[in-house]
Amino acid sequence: MSDLHIENVSMRFDLPGGGSVQALKNINLDIKSGQLLSVLGPSGCGKTTLLNIIAGFLAPTDGDIHLEGELINGPGPERGMVFQQGALFEWMSVRKNVSFGPDMKGVAKAKSAPEVDRLLELVGLQDFKDKAVYELSGGMQQRVALARCLANDPDVILMDEPLGALDALTREKMQSLVLDLWKETGKTIILITHSVEEALLLGERLLVMAPRPGRVHKEYYLPFADLGVGADLREVKKHPDYTAKREEILAMIWEMEEEIMGRTEGAN
Amino acid sequence: MHESSVFSDLANETLNIIISISSILPYLFGYIVIILASLFIWRTVRRGVSLGKNYNSLKTVTFGDESTVVSNKSASIVSVLLIFLLWGSFTGSKLLPGFLHMPGPYVGSNEFTYTAQNDVGEEDSATVSLVVHVAGEKASKPTIKAGDGIAVNDVMVIQAYRSKLLAWDLNDQVKRKWGGKIVKVNDQPISKNNPVDVGFARVSLTDKGTLNVVPHKGIQMEHIYLPAPEQVWTRLVNIANQGYQNVTLGQHLGFSLWRVIIGFLIGALVGIPLGYAMGLSNWFRGWFDPIVEFMRPVPPLALIPLVIIWAGIGEEGKVVLLFLAALWIMAIAARSGVSGVRITKIHAAYSLGASKFQILLRVIIPNSLPEIFTGARVAMGVCWGTVVAAELVAAEKGLGKMIVAASKFQNTDVVIMGIVLIGVIGFAIDVGIRLLEKYLVPWKGKG
Ligand SMILES: Nc1ncnc2c1ncn2[C@@H]1O[C@H](COP(=O)(O)OP(=O)(O)OP(=O)(O)O)[C@@H](O)[C@H]1O
Ligand SMILES: [Mg+2]
Repeated sequence: MSDLHIENVSMRFDLPGGGSVQALKNINLDIKSGQLLSVLGPSGCGKTTLLNIIAGFLAPTDGDIHLEGELINGPGPERGMVFQQGALFEWMSVRKNVSFGPDMKGVAKAKSAPEVDRLLELVGLQDFKDKAVYELSGGMQQRVALARCLANDPDVILMDEPLGALDALTREKMQSLVLDLWKETGKTIILITHSVEEALLLGERLLVMAPRPGRVHKEYYLPFADLGVGADLREVKKHPDYTAKREEILAMIWEMEEEIMGRTEGAN
Repeated sequence: MHESSVFSDLANETLNIIISISSILPYLFGYIVIILASLFIWRTVRRGVSLGKNYNSLKTVTFGDESTVVSNKSASIVSVLLIFLLWGSFTGSKLLPGFLHMPGPYVGSNEFTYTAQNDVGEEDSATVSLVVHVAGEKASKPTIKAGDGIAVNDVMVIQAYRSKLLAWDLNDQVKRKWGGKIVKVNDQPISKNNPVDVGFARVSLTDKGTLNVVPHKGIQMEHIYLPAPEQVWTRLVNIANQGYQNVTLGQHLGFSLWRVIIGFLIGALVGIPLGYAMGLSNWFRGWFDPIVEFMRPVPPLALIPLVIIWAGIGEEGKVVLLFLAALWIMAIAARSGVSGVRITKIHAAYSLGASKFQILLRVIIPNSLPEIFTGARVAMGVCWGTVVAAELVAAEKGLGKMIVAASKFQNTDVVIMGIVLIGVIGFAIDVGIRLLEKYLVPWKGKG
């Protein structure tokens, strides 16, 4: 089982002018294999920092993360990452981007090609295989990024606001796609988002983080992700519980944001 | 030299420059009027033949909308044609019909009279027949009658744009040494400060009492200063076939280009890896930062004397110079190409299992190519300028050498031809690199 254990993780950034920022404090999380965890929180509460630590781009100042019992101390192909935008290699075709992972492992083209084709079909880009990535729209580029991540067959997929730059309609389609991929592949997914709706719809489990220091504020287990698989997400939104949860979380985040504002205004 | 004299010298120079500039202003104003007039004509013509509507023509706000400003091809054509027109017009080019020529220097046969007076006050008139001929053409002296009286008729042959002194009393009975002098020219009184215009020339009295005859020069440029376009073209054809001073044009051209290409290639070959090292390692960055930052602002031209002292005027010296010109530019371009890679791309590559070497090869290098091409364009431009300058100073072959040699013999047509060639080749190099860039780095600016 590829369970993810996050133990007492803290992160403190030393600032160049002296002083420091406590970006994360004592985060403890157990993420089960196959779980879809969405993470919400006001800006600056340490979401990206947490994801970067899990990805292995940053070492925490305290605490450990284990994946399948193995300590994480750097980036690795078992943890795939989907960025908000601009992480595709624009000097490669769509197909080359998707096959990047297998290519790096030295898998022969002939061997990886069927899987790459299958993934491109899965994300609906079979007709754009040989196009340059900069010729694609933003939504298509994010689908390439998703396919590229999947082609490497990671155990955990980390997403930092992957749909943040998309328009509402494209975003909705991509949300369905993420849900379907999740169900089909059974991968562990950690998804950071700014949208409460997205967090509710996609997160089987939802984490609300609070800032200064960055910590877990509240946790929910939700039914909407399961309901949404293969279904119309707009129908899911009509669920009575959905609206209630949305209002509750919105209010929670508003409160936090207001507190931050008040504090910075007081500081001025 | 006093300290303060520098300031007064510079102040004087500044004043001179301002005066020169203001004397140009009327011409500048005339040029702007031509531009606006042609715009007006073009608009009127355009309105007559309404062209199909494109997207920009439907925009109502165009002033200030940068996207609606595209280089107008008609304006470019008219502008270039005008340059040739002015060139031809002011040089009396045979390519242009005569009525488009600016007034040229007076050429032809004509005459004026002078009235001499001897020491006892007797006066007599004589005719001066003169022929003004174009440089390079032979003119024969007209035969004249001596005439009668104490002043005898004279003959002069003058080359256009030149002047000549007339010792009128050589054949006269009135002599300067006996107190004789000229009092009138064409019946108009003449004195030292009071020259007479005889219609085709200006005649003045010198201190010694001779006549200085200056045929009117018109406002065309003398060919020794500015040859006509067709003369430059003929020179080009001539030099292309026969060479200049025993060196063919191909050799001049080939040597210049060869130096630039070799110097640039070695510079790029060293500079790009250096830039990568500086972009990837703290130690290399720290090691080379002071060197690069110091060498970058030193213009390559300033190194010419040192390179000549060290390496002489042979090929090594010039290639070293161009190598140095290209090296820092390419190193800085490669360095910023590496630093410019988005961290998310690097992170993505690591997460996909790439090794450091694979990341260098598959991410960092391709990502830096656009910057490197930009650097290459700058470096080639600088190298081209530097090679010409270096050849002006010291070389046996090369375009720069050709024009500096030509300038010593006042072969202005060769000089101008060389300058045009240098410009055309510099432009061609730039276009070539841009095409290569378009082909090799189609993703430029699209990341
Ligand atoms: N490299 C760094 N150096 C110093 N401080 C940092 C650094 N990276 C992040 N921080 C600080 O850590 C805190 C958390 O940042 P982080 O980027 O994780 O927030 P976030 O929740 O992802 O915000 P957002 O929603 O805006 O993306 C912030 O206060 C930020 O200023
Ligand atoms: Mg973030």
